[in-house]
Amino acid sequence: MRKVAIVSAGMTKFVRRALETPKELSYQAAKTTLDGCELTLEDVDCIAHGTAPDAFDGLHQNGEYMVDGCGGWNKPTMRVYVGGGTGIHAVVHGWHHVASGLFDTCLVVCEEKMSSALPHAQAFFLTIFDSILERPLEPNLLWIFALEMNRYMERYGYTKEDMALAAAKIKKNGLKHPASQFSEEVTVEDVLNSEMMAYPVSRLDVSPVSDGAAALLLTSERVARRLTDKPVWLEGVGWSLDTAYWATRDLYFPRYTDTAARMAYDMAGITEPEKEIHIAEPYDPFGYKALHHLEGLQLSPRGKTVELLRDGHFDIDGNLPICPSGGLLGVGNPIAAAGTMKVCELFWQLREEAGERQVPGNPRRGVAQSWGDLMQVSSVVVAGI
Amino acid sequence: MNKKVAIVGLGFSGFGTTTPDLSYREMIFEAATKCYEDAGGIHPESIDSFVACSEDFMEGISIADEYVPDQLGAVLKPVHSITGDGLQGLASALMQIKTGQQNIVAASAFSKVSNLSHHDHLISYATDPVYIRPFNENPYFIAGLEMNRFLHETGTTREQCAGVVLKNRYNALKNPCAHYGAKLALEDVTEAPPLSHPLGIYDMSGHLDGSIVVLLASEDRAWELTDRPVWINGIGWATDTPNLDSRLEGMGSAVYAKLAAEKAYRMAGINNPFNEIDFAEIDDTFSYKELQHLEALNLCGTGEAGKLLELGSFSPDGEFPVNVSGGSLGAGYLHEANGMQRLMEVVLQLRGEAGPRQLTDVETGLAFAWRGVPTATGASVIVSTHQ
Repeated sequence: MRKVAIVSAGMTKFVRRALETPKELSYQAAKTTLDGCELTLEDVDCIAHGTAPDAFDGLHQNGEYMVDGCGGWNKPTMRVYVGGGTGIHAVVHGWHHVASGLFDTCLVVCEEKMSSALPHAQAFFLTIFDSILERPLEPNLLWIFALEMNRYMERYGYTKEDMALAAAKIKKNGLKHPASQFSEEVTVEDVLNSEMMAYPVSRLDVSPVSDGAAALLLTSERVARRLTDKPVWLEGVGWSLDTAYWATRDLYFPRYTDTAARMAYDMAGITEPEKEIHIAEPYDPFGYKALHHLEGLQLSPRGKTVELLRDGHFDIDGNLPICPSGGLLGVGNPIAAAGTMKVCELFWQLREEAGERQVPGNPRRGVAQSWGDLMQVSSVVVAGI
Repeated sequence: MNKKVAIVGLGFSGFGTTTPDLSYREMIFEAATKCYEDAGGIHPESIDSFVACSEDFMEGISIADEYVPDQLGAVLKPVHSITGDGLQGLASALMQIKTGQQNIVAASAFSKVSNLSHHDHLISYATDPVYIRPFNENPYFIAGLEMNRFLHETGTTREQCAGVVLKNRYNALKNPCAHYGAKLALEDVTEAPPLSHPLGIYDMSGHLDGSIVVLLASEDRAWELTDRPVWINGIGWATDTPNLDSRLEGMGSAVYAKLAAEKAYRMAGINNPFNEIDFAEIDDTFSYKELQHLEALNLCGTGEAGKLLELGSFSPDGEFPVNVSGGSLGAGYLHEANGMQRLMEVVLQLRGEAGPRQLTDVETGLAFAWRGVPTATGASVIVSTHQ
């Protein structure tokens, strides 16, 4: 299989309300990435980009509108989407471009501007539900996550405090991220005392609404060796989509994450993920989701995750640091860009360029995972030095 | 990496101007079932990965990717959606096989445009929200401007564009999947009410519902599934800027088609496309587009397409048949499945399954699709009976 490397990464600040247009946000992320390895757009063969629902921007064929912000001007450009999972799936999509041998360099750009949706982006999530069976109930997206969180807690006897602890720990990591939307530490009590959205989901259990963009440059081995001494290799990719009839599934275990992870580990030759992976960026739009996904990623035994969390196993200096970036909870959640940010974090951590938030002990291999659609899709990337 | 990729299965369903009896999911289910049967009755469990093509606003669903897996038999499988033309989806599927990670990949696209009451309003939402949309004009004015510029730059005439309509709608009479077959006179087209001068209402293709699924396989698996694989020898896609005022060569030429074709020709090792390709299915969303695309695809020189059309070169019995299926003008426009529809005809012709419109001695065909106004995105694919 043709080797593919990440040679540069870049992102904008994640903010609640960006003054930049979606195109400008994409431009900033793309430009930073190219500047990082002293290339220009002329050196890029193709663009793989992603944003999640078109409704946020009120644009039909949003991918076409975005292209020149991403640098896809007179180039092969293809937009991919798997809802919230788009950010990491776009990296997989970029990997297809280079690993297939059709291209040598591929710029991956993901952007989301949620603040244009007034009064709140949440309203547009009504349109993701089945138009006959679900939409007439006028569901709020948080409701289905409340169902899932409740089921997960009930299955293993986890408490709301446990879930708040995950949120507080991850958010704390984000304080050191220069692109983070937050500047204040949040405690377990803060999470528990925050406004109840839909039991058991409280306001601070949820990642924020954000604007932002992130980008990566993928290249073939030959090009990577010329550009950098420290390429980060994409060792494994996997993705999986479960049925749209989410109400027919038992929500306590993310089997789509399990299948996607197995596919990626298989490609990377990983047989004991708990031992062979040194840092993890599980998708964490909610505190409980990070733990839920760790079990799906086979990085934590089912039902033992909270115990390990309490013991500091997942802390920055623990055995398996999770979300060293601060994740979606701590940096921000501009849907598609959030996933790409996680792969950017792996890139910086593995090259030991993560500054203040650098994980100790020379991590050599990391996994990033995203999740989306109707609680049904995962994309997984394994990167190593 | 150099694995050859073949089309080993093809299924389609639901072609009609309205399809009240089928939801889009039912339509895809039927097409997928036919496709899998066509590939020796393969069970979807044995398919490694799936690609779908859709645009949220067309379905009235945000994140339409959610509703892809069930009807394709793809639950808990690698699946993703491309917001692009079917041929871009095909490219994604092809790349997956060429990585070596997958061996058999299904690509699907569909149109359920009959659910939309005002498609032109929807297109307005694809135009620039600051510079274009506030004009509150019917977005087909963009095609009118382009056509005018194309006629001006190349010396092509209005009548030659009308000739495309006559040819394609006449060809469609022999295609059971086509819904706009007609025998028209030149005046019917040229004297029809204008849509946006010089574009008349007959210069634009009509909408169509339908679903198409194709199955791709790597060289080592293709022969297990079919005894008549059709090889994808070249593929390319490209996008010019969506800004109407800053396109690389202005509005008269289709740079995206040129770039998409160059890539596909290079990959297929084609130097002289007119001689090395036997026939083509080329986007004709608007009449002038067929001529403009023929020139951009380097199948003839600038300003020559109209003249060759008049000489009958692009007719089914001509030197280089174009849109024997009837094209979008004759068969109907399938939106995200537009490219798949072009590809479907090429595959049927190469397999010798095109019935009364079957061309003789064809080995290599070209399919080219454009994503319609206001985009500048195109994709081309070269398929052949030999590798």
